[in-house]
Amino acid sequence: MTANTAVPTRTSQKPTAAPQRPRTSPVKFLKRVPVQLSIAILLVVEIYPLIWLFMGSFKTQDEFLNSPVWAMPQSFNFDNYVEAWTTGNIGTYVGNSLIATIPSLFLIVLFGVAAGFALEVLVWKGRGTVLLVFLAGIMVPGQMILLPLFSAYFQVGLTGTLWPLIITYTATGLPLTVFMMATYFRAVPREVFEAAALDGASMIRAFFSIGFPMVRNAVFTVALVQFFFIWNDLLIALTFTNNADLSTIQVGLLNFTGEFGAVQYGPLFAAICINVLGTLVLYLFLNQRVMKGLAGGAVKG
Amino acid sequence: MNNVLGDKKAIAVLLGPALLVYTVAMLLPVFWSAGYTFLSGNAITGFTFAGLANFEKLFSDPAVGEALWFTIRYAVVITIGQVLLGYMLSLLYVFALKRGSSLIRTLVFFPVVLPTVAVALLFQKMFEIAPQNGLVNSALNAVGIGSIDWLGNGSTAFLVIVIMDLWRSMGFYAVLLYTGLVDIPDDILESARLDGARGLHLIRHIILPLSLPVLLSSIIFSINGTLKVFDSIVALTDGGPGSATTPLTLLMFRTSFTYGDYGYGSSIALLLTILCLIVTLFIFRSSRRDLTKD
Repeated sequence: MTANTAVPTRTSQKPTAAPQRPRTSPVKFLKRVPVQLSIAILLVVEIYPLIWLFMGSFKTQDEFLNSPVWAMPQSFNFDNYVEAWTTGNIGTYVGNSLIATIPSLFLIVLFGVAAGFALEVLVWKGRGTVLLVFLAGIMVPGQMILLPLFSAYFQVGLTGTLWPLIITYTATGLPLTVFMMATYFRAVPREVFEAAALDGASMIRAFFSIGFPMVRNAVFTVALVQFFFIWNDLLIALTFTNNADLSTIQVGLLNFTGEFGAVQYGPLFAAICINVLGTLVLYLFLNQRVMKGLAGGAVKG
Repeated sequence: MNNVLGDKKAIAVLLGPALLVYTVAMLLPVFWSAGYTFLSGNAITGFTFAGLANFEKLFSDPAVGEALWFTIRYAVVITIGQVLLGYMLSLLYVFALKRGSSLIRTLVFFPVVLPTVAVALLFQKMFEIAPQNGLVNSALNAVGIGSIDWLGNGSTAFLVIVIMDLWRSMGFYAVLLYTGLVDIPDDILESARLDGARGLHLIRHIILPLSLPVLLSSIIFSINGTLKVFDSIVALTDGGPGSATTPLTLLMFRTSFTYGDYGYGSSIALLLTILCLIVTLFIFRSSRRDLTKD
């Protein structure tokens, strides 16, 4: 600025910027056209199928058969949703999913965070090995544990309840949770827990009143990631729920078409929308955290 | 100090429950399942000792060969597609959109959180031909191309699976690779630009080498995930037409629960697990060697 005022020029305000702008601006604009075009295509490809799905959930069977596929629905009423929820049993399936998901999440968080604390903060021989044993569990495909578990649940008499789902989800969710929580506890300064020990707190107490609260943000993220894994799971739910009354939302939706005989488009689209809705709402409010959490849990594949 | 931090009771109370559940419902079943490979029969009819018959069958069964070939084909195509599209998107985020990329990133990531079954049914309807043309065939008809029976033919069904899984997951890999690209220090890029590196040149000689570690880990995550593919294929094609799109995971599931052969099912599961293990170890080793060379 001082240099500008020293040299008298005709352009009053910004002597360096003014002559440049008319020269580069159209070029810059043209350069950005391919970028903007590719973003537009990208958004259409990613978003349009979902809009089409949403519109379809309001169409009648007649509109599906006789109007062009991209036509808008003639009216926005919730008949299809009511039909899917009651006749299509989606209500029962959502209930089953909640009954299976919430206790599993609670157990995964409680056990997993405590184990992460014990493996990272507490000092003992062999903790590295135990952490590795947990890590190995991330890689094992679900197919490798299904058959023994199926036999065991059958022999113990748990078949016909949702307990097999809760137990299996907890066990398969633990490796990633322990691994992620150990990483988060690594970032907490050890002095905090040493000070607590000096003040006479037992380590169990230190975990519940210091350790857990200090990482509660991370706990929330991990719980969110596990929610998506459990809610969206098909393999485990398909294996252990051989009875339609116990189906989770994913299994129920998979068999949805079959129940109506001929394809009832409207209710099916509405059922898909209901299934999508839960994750959509969570993502709407917590998208940054979900993205960070899922990227952090990428090892699971 | 270490007495308190190494308190045996605290370790038992805090680690015990997790270790117990993990051991009983995961570690033990892995070995138990490996034991099943020597048996035939199932939990309801009872088991008989079969020796190595399951393994002999495994190596001569054309269904296993077909499923293995499909699994490998799927893993290779999807891994390349996911990482390549994700990398292009992340470059777009970092260098074209810069600070304003947050909204686009969030939107493109969205399909990642959707239930796979929901997405698969949506794609089934989009690529439908009978009784009603779906979105894709209607669009083809509009430009004068006839309808295609996408899911009625092995190779087009494979194409639909690939399109769907890339649609679902490219936002995820974009975000994963984005975090790696953002970590590249600005002064390195700035000095490269001052030295005259532009566009593709800059990407090939500066950005690509610097983002190699995060690219390699993306490839590992992708292969590890794609070898285990189950949900999307079950919901989209159910392995068909015929068995043209049946991966090992689905073949194992069918063998065990439709045909009730736990021993043979476990053998297929073991093959799958070993495949995952080999790939993970192989890539970890080769990536480590490359990194030390640089």
